[in-house]
Amino acid sequence: MILLQNAIFGLLIGGIYGLGAVGLSLVFGVLRMLNVSHGELIMLGGYASFWLFTLWRVDPFLSMLVAGPALFLIGGLLYRILFRHFIHFPEDQKIKNSILIGFGLALVLQTLAILAWGADERAVTPVYAGRVIPLGPVVIPLSRMGALLVAFLVLGGLHLFLTRTRRGTAIRATSQDEMAAALMGIPVNTVFLTAFALGSALAGVAGALVSVSDAISPAIGLSWTLKALIVIVLGGMGNIFGTFVSGLFLGVAESVSGFLFGNVYREVVGLVLFLLVLSLRPQGLFARS
Amino acid sequence: MRIGAAVRVMALAGAAALVVMPAFTATSVVLNWGFLILLYTALAQSWNLLGGFGGQVNLGHAAFFGLGALTTRILWLHGMAVSAALLAGTAAAAAAGLVIGAPGLRLRGPYFAVGTLAVAEILRITVGNILPEVSSLPAARLAAYAITPRYYLALGLAACVTITARMLAHSRFGYGLAAMREDEEVAEAIGVSTFRYKLLAFIISSGFAGAAGGVFGYYHLSFYPQFAFNPVWTFDALLITFLGGVGTVWGPLAGAVFFLLLREVLALRLGELHLLIFGVLFILIVAALPGGFVEAWRSLPVMRRELVAEASNSVADSVRRRRRSP
Repeated sequence: MILLQNAIFGLLIGGIYGLGAVGLSLVFGVLRMLNVSHGELIMLGGYASFWLFTLWRVDPFLSMLVAGPALFLIGGLLYRILFRHFIHFPEDQKIKNSILIGFGLALVLQTLAILAWGADERAVTPVYAGRVIPLGPVVIPLSRMGALLVAFLVLGGLHLFLTRTRRGTAIRATSQDEMAAALMGIPVNTVFLTAFALGSALAGVAGALVSVSDAISPAIGLSWTLKALIVIVLGGMGNIFGTFVSGLFLGVAESVSGFLFGNVYREVVGLVLFLLVLSLRPQGLFARS
Repeated sequence: MRIGAAVRVMALAGAAALVVMPAFTATSVVLNWGFLILLYTALAQSWNLLGGFGGQVNLGHAAFFGLGALTTRILWLHGMAVSAALLAGTAAAAAAGLVIGAPGLRLRGPYFAVGTLAVAEILRITVGNILPEVSSLPAARLAAYAITPRYYLALGLAACVTITARMLAHSRFGYGLAAMREDEEVAEAIGVSTFRYKLLAFIISSGFAGAAGGVFGYYHLSFYPQFAFNPVWTFDALLITFLGGVGTVWGPLAGAVFFLLLREVLALRLGELHLLIFGVLFILIVAALPGGFVEAWRSLPVMRRELVAEASNSVADSVRRRRRSP
């Protein structure tokens, strides 16, 4: 029974893993850039939610409506200032430079957060924080259930945006073939900017949802970047629902193995899984080959 | 040519000064300083061997530094001679390089970088779980502690790595790596076995990182084993290499001197803020001065010539103009 309960906890947190990964996947898919400071953007989203709650008692589920747009702007700025300069480099150089820049940016954002808000762990505690829905022998925490639902809705919305709107279609076209898209009159530079900002906004929303159930501190960035990377590699690139499912999968795998091998190893299990998939099946577990 | 000769004389004088320094300075502060510069030079140069000359971004360099530190420290504290312990630490890190590199270097795109990052995190978390206690030197070792042998060890290692880098830069192997860095398909087409080149460079690179870690483990009075696996070692190695000049022989040394001077000045005055400055500096170098100090130094004569040409042109212009005007 405890195992089942752990699996449910994992499933619930897995939705956030999926949401955290989709933003990174979108940026990589469209720009062919890997922003390894994605986890730091999630951290910023978490702080937005924390401060809105602490100062004005804003519910974390509402805060994501602020965290998303705020990170959209920050992401847009970061792209304009840093990443834009090598958007037209050959692909290898582009990936390498974006990783290096992101590596430096992660340090900058983390230090800024420490300077501004201190290194303490912060938590958001709305009145319903401890409430659970009993379901036979197991319980379902209300706030985590809400986070999973919201993650699912946001991803559904993203799917509709990418498939049903002109802008979304432009983004998909650019990710498939930049040259052809440009020849069809798609302003690819605007598309790159939009995709980067959108990916950051998704990180912001994910961060606000993280704050519902997990502690926020300046140091959480790296582990969220790694989680996002694990999810992407498990799910294969460029498939929103594949990413969501593999987020759930990672959540369950972490929780169950944390229960079996001790909680200190839950992160290690995900990383080992990541390396195994990388070396045995680089196209992803759930990708159609 | 005259500048080249002057630099060579300066380098020789510098090397001689480094060797005889312990005989003249009574204070261990200076030697500690020298030690740190040499240690960071060795660490950064070890990253540079694969990352700079071969163009493969390894974000898990701390893993090999940590493995070397841990192995050397444990063996040494259990009574092994420090030289043997250091060799064991180097071998452990090089072996890890082989085990990780064999599957890892087949990956294309960003996956080598993020894969090595994952490896380092796995090791960091696991070591923190298995060895949570701080590792301190026992009283007898503490009483016998002297900085001079540590200093010479670091000097020897820094010299070794730098000489390796220099030999590599002018060898068939080094040219192969450079070709691979610029274009992997073309290198493969002209007969460079890119995977074997990468793997060999990775093993050498991680072995030297392990040796640097071993020297650190022999030097430090007390530290948490997990600390040697901290990503900050990777970041410092990258920052120093990029500051000085990635893919150059003397870049890591120049970068290490600058890095430690700046860190001393900044960390004392600004505390945590100095990390922010380092981060911004790193981004600026990657974005605006990808060749680092060494590249800037090399382009100095060219710049001077251009400046002189420009100045003489403008003088000639103004003279011409003056002649024309009555």
